[in-house]
This record gives sequence, C-alpha cells and structure tokens, in this order.
Amino acid sequence: MKHYLLIVVLCFLNLAHTQNCTYTLLGEIKDFHDGTPMSGATIYNETSNTYTSADINGKFSIENLCNGTLILVISHVGCETKCLEVEINGDTYKEVSMEHHLEELKEVTVTADFKDEKTSIEQSISKKQIETFTDKSLGDALNTISGVSSLNTGNTIVKPMIHGLHSSRLLIVNNNVRLFDQEWGDEHAPNIDINAGGRIDVIKGANTLIYGSDAIGGLILVRPENYAVKDSLFGSTSLSLNTNGRGGNINFELVKTYKNGFYTKVQGSYKTFGDFESPNYNLSNTGIKSVNASARIGYKSFEKGFDAYYSYVDNTLGILRASHIGNTNDLVRAINSGEPQYVADFTHNIENPKQSIFHHLGKIEAYKRFKELGKLTLQYDFQINRRKEFDLRRGGRSNTPVVDLRLFTTSFQPNLKIDAYENLELNTGVLLRYQQNDAISGTGTSPLIPDYDKYDLGIYTIGTYNLNLFSEISAGFRYDFSRIEASKRYRVTDWDETYNYDELFPEFNSGIIESSRYLTNPEFSFHNISASLGYLRHMRNDFEFMFNYGLASRMPNPSELFSDGLHHSAARIEIGQLSMKKEVANKFMVSLERSNQNFGLTISPYYKYISNFIQLIPIGTTTTVRGAFPVWEYNQTNAQIFGIDVDVNKTITNNFNYNGSLSLLRGDNLSDDIPLINMPATNFSNSLIYTNENLNQLSIGLTQKTVLQQNRFPDYNFFTFDAILQENVFVDISSTPSTYTLFNFNSSAKFKVFKTKTLRLALNVENLFNVSYREHLNRLRYFADELGRNFNIKLKINY
Amino acid sequence: MNTLKLKTMKTIKLLALLFISSLAIACSSDDDGDGDDHDSEEELITTVIYTLTNNADNADEVALTFTDLDGEGGTDGIYDISGPLTANATYTGGIKLWNATENPAEDITEEVEDEADEHEFFYSSTAGLTITKTDVDGDGNPVGIATTVTTGSAATGSLTVILKHEPTKPNDGTATGAGGSTDVEVSYSIEVQ
Repeated sequence: MKHYLLIVVLCFLNLAHTQNCTYTLLGEIKDFHDGTPMSGATIYNETSNTYTSADINGKFSIENLCNGTLILVISHVGCETKCLEVEINGDTYKEVSMEHHLEELKEVTVTADFKDEKTSIEQSISKKQIETFTDKSLGDALNTISGVSSLNTGNTIVKPMIHGLHSSRLLIVNNNVRLFDQEWGDEHAPNIDINAGGRIDVIKGANTLIYGSDAIGGLILVRPENYAVKDSLFGSTSLSLNTNGRGGNINFELVKTYKNGFYTKVQGSYKTFGDFESPNYNLSNTGIKSVNASARIGYKSFEKGFDAYYSYVDNTLGILRASHIGNTNDLVRAINSGEPQYVADFTHNIENPKQSIFHHLGKIEAYKRFKELGKLTLQYDFQINRRKEFDLRRGGRSNTPVVDLRLFTTSFQPNLKIDAYENLELNTGVLLRYQQNDAISGTGTSPLIPDYDKYDLGIYTIGTYNLNLFSEISAGFRYDFSRIEASKRYRVTDWDETYNYDELFPEFNSGIIESSRYLTNPEFSFHNISASLGYLRHMRNDFEFMFNYGLASRMPNPSELFSDGLHHSAARIEIGQLSMKKEVANKFMVSLERSNQNFGLTISPYYKYISNFIQLIPIGTTTTVRGAFPVWEYNQTNAQIFGIDVDVNKTITNNFNYNGSLSLLRGDNLSDDIPLINMPATNFSNSLIYTNENLNQLSIGLTQKTVLQQNRFPDYNFFTFDAILQENVFVDISSTPSTYTLFNFNSSAKFKVFKTKTLRLALNVENLFNVSYREHLNRLRYFADELGRNFNIKLKINY
Repeated sequence: MNTLKLKTMKTIKLLALLFISSLAIACSSDDDGDGDDHDSEEELITTVIYTLTNNADNADEVALTFTDLDGEGGTDGIYDISGPLTANATYTGGIKLWNATENPAEDITEEVEDEADEHEFFYSSTAGLTITKTDVDGDGNPVGIATTVTTGSAATGSLTVILKHEPTKPNDGTATGAGGSTDVEVSYSIEVQ
C-alpha cells in the first residue's frame, strides 16, 4: 500500500498539460513471462483522475485524449503496481507488461520451508540459528541437522559430512560459488566464515545438478540475505565470549539499501581462542585465530540487476601438539596411554604443528529478464586458496611450512531460466572452469599434491513441471568434461616396480631422472554424466511426500590420483593411484514431511549405491629410518550406504516446545563384505525449549545429544615391531570410543536499548556435566579427549 | 530512469575493472617462478652409522649402518654390520646421521648437535651391552651423540638406537618415558664374541 502511494506521488510530479483532445489510447496488458492477457487490471489515469479496467483479453481504451504525455498507474492482484508515461501522438496503441514474480524483490523473511526447488529434499539453518554458532565453524552448525555429521581433526578443523560422505563428495557453495579450497584432505576444513552467510541449506536429495555432477554426498548452500528495495541503513555487532579456550568472536555488519534498487553490505569478524581444555587436562596447542571480511554491492530490479561479492578468510589453526608422532610405536604409546603425551600450561600462542590458510573469493553476477522467455544470468568468479602446514622440524626450519600449496580457480557460468510456460520451468546453463595448483617451492619436502592444470566444461538442463495443483515433478541432466594435466616426480623404484606404472602409463614418463626420480606428466580426461529426478506431492493435513533419485559421478581428486609419500602433518605415508576410475553413485531418497507448528515431522529414508567408491585405508607399515611407519592407501570398492533421518517438533503447551532428531546409518564395503571406514554412528537428540514472548522473548532450552558407540567398523588393526621390546605389538587403530551423552543449556532474551535498538543477550553452557569422551569421527581420538564444559555469553546489538 | 541505467552501467564497469585488477594482482603475487621447481626432502635421514671403537685396540672398529636412500616409502632400508664386538671390552661410540640424497651428503648430526636441548638419543640392547651417554646439552642433560659401550660375555641380540625430537628433558632415561616424536628408530642385529 505504501508502495502504491509512493508511486502516485511520484506520478503527480510528472504532470503534463495537454490540448486538442480527440484521440484514443488502446492498451493491452500482458504477463511479462508468458504473454497471457491480464484481465481485470486496474488502470488509473492520473492526468484526468479517472479509472478504467482491462477486459477479459487484457485490453482497455481511454478516449478523448490530447497529444502529449499521459500518466497511467496500472495495478493487478499479485503484481507490482506500475506507473508509466505514455506519449500520445494521435490514436495510440500501447502494450504493457506486468510482473507477478514479486517475491524476489521483497524482503524475504526466512522460514524453514522456503525452498528454491520444491521437489528437493533439504533442510535449512536460519540466520537466527547461525547466530548461535558465531564463534564456531560451518561444520559445527551443520552438525545439528539430522543425517549431517562431521569428520574432525581436533575441535577447530571440522569437515561436514552428509550421510557419512565428505570432502570431494560434498559440494559447498558460498554465495552461488562452488568452493574450491583443497577440500580433498581429511584435515582440510571448509574456509567459510559462518557469520558472512544469511542462511544455510543442506540438500540431501538429488537436486544439485546446477552446481556440479559430483555431489554424491549432497550439497551445502551458504546463501546471502535478500534485502528489501527501500531506503534503509541497518546493522549489528555481536560479541561472544567463552571460558573454554578463553576466547571468542566479534562480528559486525552494516547494510545500506536504496529504494532505487541498489544495496551494499560490509561484514567483518575476528575470532581468537587459546588452548582448549578437556575435563582432565589442557589440550596444548589447539588455539585458533581467524580474520574474516566480506563485502557485497548490487542492484536489483525486476528486469535486470547485478551482485558483486568478495570475501576473505584467514585462519590459523593449532593442531594438538600431542598428536605429532614420528612412527607407529609413538602411535601405539599414545593409544595405550590414554592420555596426551604432551600437556603444557594454557597459552594463547599457536605453535607448530599448525595450519595457516587464506582464501579469497570474488564473484560478479548480472541478470536480465527477457519478455516471454525468462531470466538470463551470467556469473564470473575466482578463488585463491593458499594452504601452509607447519610441523615440528629440525635445523631451524620451524618457520618453513612442510606443505605450501596454492590453488587458483576461476569459472564462468551463464544460466538461463525459462519461466514463460505456465506449468513448466526450465533451467539450462553452461560452466567453464579453469583450475591451477601450484606446489610452492622452498618447503624442503616433496609435495604431496603436484602442480596441475585442470579444465572443466559442464552443460545442464533441469525442468520442473506442475502436474496439477498438488504435485510437481522435476528432472535434470548434466554432462561434464574434465581434463587434468599434472607434473610430478616419482621415485624410479616406485614407478617401475611398486606401482608398475612403467607398464600401465609409459606415455606419462618424460624419461628425465633427477635424484633417482622420474619427471612424469600424467594427463587424464573424464566424461561424467549425471541426472536427477524429483517428485513432490502435497497431501492432507500439511503432509508432503517427496521422492528423489540422483545419478552422480565424480572424477578422482588430485589427492586420490597423485598422493605418494609422507604426509607430514598426518604422520603417515599416503599413496594414491593413477589408475583410479571415476566414482558413480545411484541415490534414492524419499521423505515424508509435515510442516506444522504444533506437530511437525520429517522422516527421510535413503539408499546409495556407489561403484568404485574411493577410500583411504591403513594397509600396514613400511620400514624406514624412523622404524615402522604407517602406510595408508587409496583404493576402490563398491559400497552402499543407507539409513534414515527423523526430525520431530511438537508444541507441548503455549510456552513449551519439544524438538527431537534421530539419524541411523549403515555403510558397507560390498567388495570386501565388511563395514565402511569412518561411518557416523547412530545418534539422537532431544531438546525442550521454554519461550515467553511477553517476557523479553525469553527462551530457555536444554538439549541432550547421544552418540552411540559405532560397532560396525572395519578391522584394519595390524602388528608393528617394537624395537625396544624387540617384539611385535598390536596397533589398535580401528576400535571405536564408547557411547557418550552430552547436555547443553541455552538461554536468551531481547531487550530494548537506546530507544530504537535491540540487544539480544544469550547465556549458554556446553557439555553441562563436563563429560570426558572421545568421538569416533575425530582423527585425533587416539591422542586426547574432546572438550570439557564451556560457559558462553553472547551479546548482539541490532541497529 | 536513464540516470539509473547510466549509474548501473558505470558501477558494473567499475566492478569489472576492480575484479580484473584484483585478479591480476592475485596472479602476479606468485612467490615462485612457475614450472618445475620442486624440493627434495631436506630433513631426510638416509643413513645412520654407529661406530664403536675398542678403547684397548684402535683396530677393533665395528660400524653398524642403516641405509634407506629413498627415504620413507619406496624400498625398505638395509642394515649392514661390519663385524662382531669383542666380549668384556669397552668401546667408544659415536653416531653419525647423513642425508645422502644431497650432494655432498649433509651431516644431520650437526643439526642435532645445534639443537641438543630438543633432541636425545636412546640406546638399548638385548646382547648384554651397557651403553652410557657421555655428552650433555646446554642444560646439562644427556644428548647421546657420544657414548661409551661396555660389552659383557659372548651373546647375540639387538642394539636399538632411537632419536627423539622434543622429548621431555630431563627424563627417566627411557625412550618410552621421554615422549616426543621419533626421528630415528633402527635396530641392529649384533654379535658379541
């Protein structure tokens, strides 16, 4: 209504005077998208202060007009009111296009059931929920969703997992840009500042083709906020402080929007923590320092717009000092002692071993809508990821990284959304991408990942069709071509004997030998085909039924192909294989959902069959100058993963709400008829929340989360020779830690301050009972317990 | 309306320029020249030689050698024992670590000596040897580059040498109790006769 008045006022300013008044204006009002006539549209002739309306064919006429300018205000139910000037020059004909896709211009209040792809099986984390994780990582926030867990290295390196799948099988998309940050490593966490996003969607189902063909695990979308088209300036500052780690986070953001469609946002955050503590000891060298900044500028109108985004993430992550081992016997001692081998007093300093990573991401996107066709979007983006890993080194090399890799990725993506048909929407596009990895010299180690150039071309089409009022179906197809050209040195003995590459890949060998290593140039091309099918049916009582099928294929990543040698920070030898084939997954998932405040429910069973599943498993030891040294190898098996995710919400009384979730999963290595390695155990959580809107929006909650012991694990235990005892000792690297239950307490309230501002105050306690536990999916579980109790206080002021 | 359009165009152009220039900066900030410039393993220890010289007879010198020229992975290392030790004798022991992939071979023992407070050798034997460390670091704690070895009666068994990086110092004298991470762990099969 406000909008309407504004336009009227604007129109008055453009009043024009006219004479000689015998002409007729014939108008026709059509839908912008498909050209259908818009009957019943109201036409207000501002010049003469008269009203008329369009007939069933969308036509109208105004008689007795003079030459000159006529001002019309046209409105129609569900459309944006349009004010236009019509030049009258004799009898005049004018076609007017109206737009009914208003939602894209409005402020979107985030609700859980807002989805881009209605047939997609997904779950979301709202901005409000993100705020409770302001000083945590993306992985920590996602961990709250059923079916999502994480593979951790300590407590600051948190890699999200969907249905037990992680790394290259999970696409993480930040502001519509697929993140490339050397995601192949188990200890490489995504470089995203959780504070920069507006909402996070986790797509467990199959509707992922726009972003790539290889989302075998799923897709994580970190979305920006959508702003209202109006003149406004707002922002917030938040501060979070913690007892455990004696640190916290400060975040600020400022948004300016204009009613002409322009908007701009700046955001920055700084996080610092010292050593964290388990209930019984200090976890030495587990601190984190993180500096993040992002900026966004854009313009949006219905017909055209652009959005430019830039973000910078700089993380320094300490790695538990006690996890630094030299050989298998050190590992055995760590496992058997049950306590960290190195514990020092608390410090904020981060020493070696540590990771230091920065990530630049920039993108620019522009769109234009075409009448009776749809919306064309062009996007260009680039990313630079620089990863340095520091280890305990000899001979004054502590400031020289053992790993120093720089990954540059750039892509161009045009996408056309065709929405001119009444019941059909098509999305089609092309992807062009170039990626370059540079193993930077000066590390004094041979690089685990070699220099390479990679080229990608993708093409896709996805269609969504409304079968009837209650059901919708979507289908998509994608083809990807990828080529990787690497340059790597292999030991002569390994190339000729251990790996037998002299027979398998003689064409890659340049024949040049330097320090008993061949210089080789492996080159591979892959053709990947992927497809998706989705079906949605609305049923009675707010129930919805969804079915998703997905065919996904993934080419082996550089780590799986080229790893060959000592991974210093993991203290293991990792061996990839040039003969890796692509991984192909068939995914089936159904979901029965009820979105209802009083009693909501989601039950989602799924089944995935993955052929040529690539896994990294321990295969024994090799004798080195350090004694026996663990060897891990990438190999391929056929695998199946199936399970069920359940979420329930129930209103008990006006003030009390219950939320519960359960994740059951089973992963099988079908080739060897054993369980798959690193599969999440059964876990469930229950929370009870008291809220009182009248009492400063007070909210008090208690959450219990239980993770059962994983009893299905593959036995990769082995014996190693202990030189001191002069006998073989058992290395139990497979057994899993026991069941644990944690309780968390949350409370928050909102207060009015300085008249117009609001202050949100939250007090939380994590691991309320200070339970000592270890988590199966933490790579450092052999060395130390997880975190003990933490008191956290959060302040957020909106202005 | 037109001014808006103009403004949009201007902004887009400006942004495009900004992006291209940032890209150019990003690409030129290479810390290295491109191409093939890859390092060899600098900290690699390829060779461990423990030389024992009989205090009573300079000609009675036994060299215990471990060599793994291609480092971790690749082919396994090889042991070479030059001969048996004499029973009931006292030897002066000296350990040398080399990186033979460098040319000339790099003496790693020097690095250990320079950082003596962060390193310690541990010796153990099942052939009745008594091994004492005769050198100390700046804090007066043993290092173990120099040793004295006393043999007992005739026996066969092993002699194990362990080098720990950043062990607890002082410690209980055992590799297990000292903690730290293992840089060297070699076990020679020896004979005392």
